[in-house]
Amino acid sequence: MSEFTQVQSRTGLMVVAWLWVALPFAYGIYQLFLKVVQLFGG
Amino acid sequence: MAVGFLDRSRTIAPANWSRWLIPPAALSIHLSIGQAYAWSVFTPGLEKTLHLSGTQSALPFELAIVMLGLSAAFGGTLVERNGPRWAMFVSMVCFSTGFLVSALGAFTSQFWLIVLGYGFIGGIGLGIGYISPVSTLIKWFPDRPGMATGIAIMGFGGGALIASPWTSQMLTSFGVTPHGIGAAFLVHGLVYAVFMSLGIVLVRVPADGWKPAGWEPPIDHGNVVSAVNVSAANAIKTPQFWCLWVVLCFNVTAGIGILGKASPMITDFFKQTPTPVAASAAAGFVALLSLTNMLGRFVWSSTSDLIGRKNMYRVYLGVGALLYLVITLTTNTSKVVFVLCAMGILSFYGGGFATIPAYLKDLFGTYQVGAIHGRLLTAWSVAGVLGPLIVNWIADSQKRAGKLGPDLYTTSFYIMIGLLVVGFLANELVRPVNAKFHEPAADAVPSGSEVK
Repeated sequence: MSEFTQVQSRTGLMVVAWLWVALPFAYGIYQLFLKVVQLFGG
Repeated sequence: MAVGFLDRSRTIAPANWSRWLIPPAALSIHLSIGQAYAWSVFTPGLEKTLHLSGTQSALPFELAIVMLGLSAAFGGTLVERNGPRWAMFVSMVCFSTGFLVSALGAFTSQFWLIVLGYGFIGGIGLGIGYISPVSTLIKWFPDRPGMATGIAIMGFGGGALIASPWTSQMLTSFGVTPHGIGAAFLVHGLVYAVFMSLGIVLVRVPADGWKPAGWEPPIDHGNVVSAVNVSAANAIKTPQFWCLWVVLCFNVTAGIGILGKASPMITDFFKQTPTPVAASAAAGFVALLSLTNMLGRFVWSSTSDLIGRKNMYRVYLGVGALLYLVITLTTNTSKVVFVLCAMGILSFYGGGFATIPAYLKDLFGTYQVGAIHGRLLTAWSVAGVLGPLIVNWIADSQKRAGKLGPDLYTTSFYIMIGLLVVGFLANELVRPVNAKFHEPAADAVPSGSEVK
């Protein structure tokens, strides 16, 4: 595998890996935000 | 011991591997096992369908936390020896199997299977999973160990944020019946197995002698101890280990004092005021505490890379005690002050968890830091019992004495202040480890350890 192809595959892996954990995390934060709003009378 | 794909030798990173692939690997484990804090979502349904008391329905969670401490303490050396991939795999198998056994228990209405599955088997998955990425992250990020472990341990705090609404929605869809709860357990087991697999596939350890480009281990900053490596067996013989054990135990106890009773506490506090707190708003308070607990893990742990571990714990314990004092003195005069102080205390609680691996690395080096961390987590098991015990027992006895509002908690808060002061003093006693505990220089890898 050439160096350029390796760099490309690493970048793709990086994006997939971070999205893998970031998407469920974003869902959790969104749900938490909905609850916090209730504390201050939303 | 570990063979094939799981063997440590198969996880050594190639030269062009990015260290920024390691945090998501760690997060895939910690975001999963952090589900433990969302166990309470299952309890009303279990109590209703299996006719359990509140004490009984909490058993799987309590056993899981005990097993977390025990498996981290006793499995730490194995984790160091076999490497992070093996540890993550064991964690995934135990955690998922725990859910599958629990599913069987729910389908057959056998509660003991849920205790065995979620509590015992799953609890081993929690402990091994919790320590699995710690030493690997520290080795990849010797320049920012606090930030690196902060990211992973933030995941443990964030796991419940995902699991709590997800489980609720699942129970609503499947129905609160033995079959519905069993189906929810089954889905949890399968989904978490897939989700954790990313970490198993992705995790790598750096090759011997690897260091970040342009980074050199610090050599001398006055009170620096460089190139220190201490084995786990020797670490527990040092006063430094036990000072940190007290620091972690009392910092966690103080945090759990609020976290474990947050919802009834804010309701009780403001019941007799013109602005009482409704149940839905109390849920918002709990969510806010979860958020600060999670953010504190990343923010404060990263800050410790700049100001030093000892100074960071001075803040956790010293300012934490002052915040408790403010709540105790202002009682229910201001909801904003109460909420802000509680948020500060919970951010220090999370920060205390996340900063301890880097503190251990500073004192004992990277050699067996995962195993040492595992042994230190027994402090968590003790605090997990001590914190709720103090607050619940005192609140119950004050209620029996006819007291109301903030009076239910004042004594508990003074005890927490006392514990934080003791923790502060224990932190002050931390000094560089005596040379007689160091590993021979030939085995030592420079770690740039320091105690600031």
